[in-house]
Amino acid sequence: MRIIVTDKVFDPWKELTDFEATFPAGKVGGSVSFVGTMRDFNDGHDVSAMRLDHYPGMTEKHIERVIAEAAQKWEIIDALVVHRVGDILPSEPIVLVVVWSAHRANAFDACRYIINYLKERAPFWKCETTKEGKPRWVEHNSKDPGAAAAVR
Amino acid sequence: MINVKVRYFASMRDRMGRGEDSVALGFEKATVEDLWKKISAGQSMPTSTLIAINMEYTDAKAALKDGDEVAFFPPVTGG
Repeated sequence: MRIIVTDKVFDPWKELTDFEATFPAGKVGGSVSFVGTMRDFNDGHDVSAMRLDHYPGMTEKHIERVIAEAAQKWEIIDALVVHRVGDILPSEPIVLVVVWSAHRANAFDACRYIINYLKERAPFWKCETTKEGKPRWVEHNSKDPGAAAAVR
Repeated sequence: MINVKVRYFASMRDRMGRGEDSVALGFEKATVEDLWKKISAGQSMPTSTLIAINMEYTDAKAALKDGDEVAFFPPVTGG
């Protein structure tokens, strides 16, 4: 597995292809990826920028654990998580999750599991700056209607 | 004597006005609750507060050992 926590803008597609290039040829049947990007609105407010705080060490440890759990539940070949910290602007990628497997169902299920549990357990915190220039901590992640049907 | 390092993140850091503390608890046994009383000047802990000891989630009843790193922070909002 590969886990990257970075304060730099990243290119999700390049991260995916760079890691995939390290795999032995012919084993992968497919990959499923999720890219979370920054919105310019949240909870009825216009948002102009965001800062992401994290707990170095604990963050990586818990992402690693979520990936390991997914690998126990589904047959996967490997997984990659890239997560931004620091100052972020609208439309920039915040998180990338990629799962590779021999068959697509395992990759879909594992990818969904990893992003859902990462959002619940990995210690990151968003502080948004509204259009009026006021910073405010996001108290909880917005509800995703589709996540209710998520695999567990 | 139990010496612990305490770390605060996000809105908890703003609330405490600092990012970390080194705290000496003058007891043979101490829990996270004992530590909170000492660092918070009697303020109650926000109900949504998450607690970690040595980077593992725990709760306020957990016992502390000398050298532990204890963290207090609000619900996580990554991804």
